[in-house]
Amino acid sequence: MEQAMIQVAGLCKSFGTNAVLRHIDLEVRRQEVVVVIGPSGSGKSTMLRCLNLLEQPDQGDIRIEGVSLMDKGTRITEVRAEVGMVFQRFNLFPHMSVLDNITLSPVRVRKRPKEEAEAKAMELLRKVGLEDKANASPDSLSGGQAQRVAIARALAMEPKIMLFDEPTSALDPEMVGEVLAVMKELAAEGMTMVVVTHEMGFAREVGDRVLFMEQGSIVEEGHPRELFESPKQERTKLFLSKVL
Amino acid sequence: MDFRFDIIWDYAPLLLKGTGLTIGISAASILLGAVFGLAIGFGKMARSRLLNWPMGAYINFFRGTPLIVQAMIFHFAIIPPILGTTNAIAAAITTLSFNSAAYMAEIYRAGIQSIDPGQKEAAYSLGMSHGQAMRFVILPQAIKRMIPAFGNEFIVLIKDSAMLAYIAVPEMFYWVNAMKGQYMRVWEPYLTAAVIYFILTYSLSKLLQYIERRM
Repeated sequence: MEQAMIQVAGLCKSFGTNAVLRHIDLEVRRQEVVVVIGPSGSGKSTMLRCLNLLEQPDQGDIRIEGVSLMDKGTRITEVRAEVGMVFQRFNLFPHMSVLDNITLSPVRVRKRPKEEAEAKAMELLRKVGLEDKANASPDSLSGGQAQRVAIARALAMEPKIMLFDEPTSALDPEMVGEVLAVMKELAAEGMTMVVVTHEMGFAREVGDRVLFMEQGSIVEEGHPRELFESPKQERTKLFLSKVL
Repeated sequence: MDFRFDIIWDYAPLLLKGTGLTIGISAASILLGAVFGLAIGFGKMARSRLLNWPMGAYINFFRGTPLIVQAMIFHFAIIPPILGTTNAIAAAITTLSFNSAAYMAEIYRAGIQSIDPGQKEAAYSLGMSHGQAMRFVILPQAIKRMIPAFGNEFIVLIKDSAMLAYIAVPEMFYWVNAMKGQYMRVWEPYLTAAVIYFILTYSLSKLLQYIERRM
């Protein structure tokens, strides 16, 4: 069997005495789109943030393409360069132009020539429909535009995996569609994605697999149709009855 | 009341020379203080207690004791054994830069910690090291926010340099005191001092405002 892109085994994480993740096991295959749903405080964002060590797990193992992040010899910056992340609040760098936001890491981390990085950045901006915003300041963008730039910025590193942490939760409703459209396109191109979201429509349409998390555990997982239409667990049913 | 411009004129060359030294000492101390302050600020933010405790102690000492006392200690107790002789200018620059470093360390720390943690996370998620995240993402934003606080600190430093007259540094206020001693008049020397210090600090604050707008 082909090696999984992401392997999580026995992942535990507490903040103080509050156990946020209780023994999470997860595998994500190459080109798979895994959507994580669940009530707020269920640990889904924390789990996602453990996958590139923005949170340090207390216990367990995380492997990206077979390389353990817990291994002392693993250079975490190299792993992170291969794993793109999109945040709820975009986190664009406000002191530089849209173009510089996108080229910063390719130039400084990947040591690409500036012209090459800029050409690639323009190509990505075209892809997300914002080529006219290259020289704009991030402050001048709408939420939907900012999030599309953030996606382009992550893609500029040519990551093997993309993590999305509630990418549409901070957006006005009319802007959610434009961001989801870019994500759908990315999924169709075969990107391996883990998406934490409250967009059940997206989960159903784009997800290869849906995980339902509650109180730090994966309660149920399955194909979206299965999970949405005939959930097995009571807790899943209860949650879905509230959000659908 | 007659105001004797002639005695100011008399002292103009010395006042000018003293003002030059005031500017020189202040500029050197600001520069050194900014560099030491950066190191101390980062030391204080370090997770290791071995690093952050001494830096905290440094800041507490220099903020918690009078500048004039620090100047006396450097001038009479620390500089002579190092240089083999007293050297008022060396003591002056050491005192002012070590003192301002303590304040600047806190300005750096507050500035850096005021940046949304999401910025650092975004930088990390793009594969940047801690150093790269600081250099390209955090510091450029933080420094802009630090400018007004630095401006205050620079102004305080220029004004505090007047105290150095008491360790016989021939800066501007030293000559103002000399003028007062020679002519036994108070208005002319002290008003002159006030005007010169005001011109220095006001120009500096205008310069910093200009820089802040440009950033």
